Amino acid sequence: MTSTYLPGTRSGPDAAPQPLPRAGRARTRRRLLHWLTAMGFQLPALVLFGVLVLLPILFALYASFFRWGGFGMPSDYTGTDNFTRLFQDDVFLGDLWRCLLLVVLSLALQLPFALAMAVLLNQRIRGRAVYRMLFFAPYVLSEAITGVLFGMIFAPGDGLADHLLSDIGLGALGGKWFSDPSTVMATLFLVMTWKYFGFHMMLYLAGLQSIPAELTEAATVDGASPWQRFRHVTLPLLAPTLRISVFLSVIGSIQLFDLVWVVTAGGPDHHSETMAVTMFQYGFKRYQVGYASAISVAMFAVSLVFALAYQRFVLRRDLAGATTNMRGDGA
Amino acid sequence: MGDPALSRRGFLAATAAAGLGMTALSGCGGSDSGTSGGITTVEWWNISTTEPAKGVWASLAKKFEAQNPKVKLKIVQLENDAYKTKMTALTASGKLPDIFHTWGGGVLQQQVDAGLVKDLTDSTKPGADGLLPVAKQAYILDNKTYGIPFDIGMVGFWYNKALFKRAGISAPPATWSGFLDAVKKLKAAGVTPLALAGKESWTGMYYWAYLAMRTAGIDALKKANDDKDFTGAGFVEAGQHLKDLVALQPFQKGFLGAAYSTPTGQAASVGNAKAAMELMGQWAPSVEADAGKGIGADLGFFPFPAVEGGKGTVTEVFGGGGGHALRADAPQAAVDFLKFFASETTDAELVKKTSVLPVVPAAESALTDANLKLVQAQLKAATGFQLYLDQAYAPAVGQQVNDSVAGLIAGSKSPADVTQAITKTAKEEQ
Repeated sequence: MTSTYLPGTRSGPDAAPQPLPRAGRARTRRRLLHWLTAMGFQLPALVLFGVLVLLPILFALYASFFRWGGFGMPSDYTGTDNFTRLFQDDVFLGDLWRCLLLVVLSLALQLPFALAMAVLLNQRIRGRAVYRMLFFAPYVLSEAITGVLFGMIFAPGDGLADHLLSDIGLGALGGKWFSDPSTVMATLFLVMTWKYFGFHMMLYLAGLQSIPAELTEAATVDGASPWQRFRHVTLPLLAPTLRISVFLSVIGSIQLFDLVWVVTAGGPDHHSETMAVTMFQYGFKRYQVGYASAISVAMFAVSLVFALAYQRFVLRRDLAGATTNMRGDGA
Repeated sequence: MGDPALSRRGFLAATAAAGLGMTALSGCGGSDSGTSGGITTVEWWNISTTEPAKGVWASLAKKFEAQNPKVKLKIVQLENDAYKTKMTALTASGKLPDIFHTWGGGVLQQQVDAGLVKDLTDSTKPGADGLLPVAKQAYILDNKTYGIPFDIGMVGFWYNKALFKRAGISAPPATWSGFLDAVKKLKAAGVTPLALAGKESWTGMYYWAYLAMRTAGIDALKKANDDKDFTGAGFVEAGQHLKDLVALQPFQKGFLGAAYSTPTGQAASVGNAKAAMELMGQWAPSVEADAGKGIGADLGFFPFPAVEGGKGTVTEVFGGGGGHALRADAPQAAVDFLKFFASETTDAELVKKTSVLPVVPAAESALTDANLKLVQAQLKAATGFQLYLDQAYAPAVGQQVNDSVAGLIAGSKSPADVTQAITKTAKEEQ
């Protein structure tokens, strides 16, 4: 027979397996032992991770194919009905749109603002430690407290924001804030920026301080303008920090819940609702746990796709060397 | 595997994790009432977690134990939302406490259908027959009594007499067109006619529910839920009437973001005389005084007006209360306790000390608050009763009513959209 030779094929009468050399066999045994030891150490963590993380995820996936009230085991199988319904649900489609809006706003406004503040507070200015602490402080506050606080500040007519505006003669600008469909997202974004820019600023500050001063000095000596120094020295060296900060910001926007829940509960008329809020409404207010599971699966899918794509295409260089494999070469 | 210690640790971790999972899944224990040494222990689950009710109820339990030396009451108190969640789990598991709090309506019906609730029709006669008719209505299902009330209330308009006077309104309106006129007059006088908590959608639902009662009628509300069809002309009409009201822009500035009981919320707006009216239950005066300053003698109450040409009348009330039901094989002592709790003496004490409205007509004399007397008069004269929709209907349907009506008030939904959305949810729940 005319057979094409395939490298690595060991079948056929004249391709008897080569006996492994002694050294090779010993290496295999050593590897197996190695593997067993590693497994032994990992098992407790794997079991915990499996039972507390993987199993619930898989169960949510399972439940999303049922109409289920949340008690007993799901039994009313409805196929992909929940998902069909999901993508015809104006509220959920709105959630996706608002999620995208928050991501874009965060990346276009919040992070650049945080970067500007970080660069500013990296200069030698009087009291910069105090400023750093002040700007970081909101991040320490819990989301629930932030929500209650800004609910009061932006209370229409009676809140601090409206009083301040009318005191400086701009009273006409106030009065809406969280209570008007057209202004609620902007107000929400304002509060989110107040709450989170300090965190990103801290990340950038840490990144900035790891940039050797010699490089900027050398650039100065070469006659680079401050902008050129920032654009061609600081920014490239800060890139790994920026990439992580973008990642955290996007994931945070996808999963946004507590702040919205406390301050508007998704209103007025769903105009500030996020995926997590919709999920909560269906799961814990309406007891349509099957449908809520479908929402959570969709949320998980969005996060997962983003996380994987981002790691694959953006974080690859940063992660090189940070991961380990059995060969130990870090590839 | 070469290392037994590792596998043992893995096993321990697995056991621990499994244990956690099991606890989370089961989440509840059964009620362990029983008779030992001639003493019957009866579990009593209620939601009176705040004073003064908490203390008053405990002392009533002591009093009952003193009268019945062979009975011991074990009180389990849970906060409202926690209680609802727990009861859903207990209902699913089929093990209810001996005596448990109930709001009647759809949830009680589910428990009855599952065969978990004791029929009290014969065992509580004649005492139960003498109770205020509107109070016991939510607990009578298929002509059988499954629960005994201890509280009843209703929703109506709470208004500021001084602001009405300023706007030149001499008497509270009795018809919907009269009501709309009053709203216009108040606006013309520079007064915010109505306070509404747009953030909490149940507050807007009251308007739609009352309008549906007035146009389509109470029977239609029940039938619509049974048939899973809310698209009848009466319901669309109810939404249209609400839309007419919204078109007058009667609510306070920024109402869509307002909460109910916060210092800048609905109750405070009325309590601080910034708005002239709110549509709220019998608890409104106390919340107004708590969140705001309270308007004292200026506060008045009038029932939801009749709608011209509608099937309902002004004497049909929308409300609810609280009651107790028993698990199917609860001991006789539990029945005795319900009788004790609904006796004239007990009810008078509850009215006096915990400011609930009397369910025993004879306990009426214990009522001193002028506002509550007004509500009581309405309840006594009531010719029909509709339980709060979120208790009368399945949770998803109740939430959908709230949600759709909120959309109508915000201007994004039409009256027909509302009825269609509710119908769709009702059908999904079958």
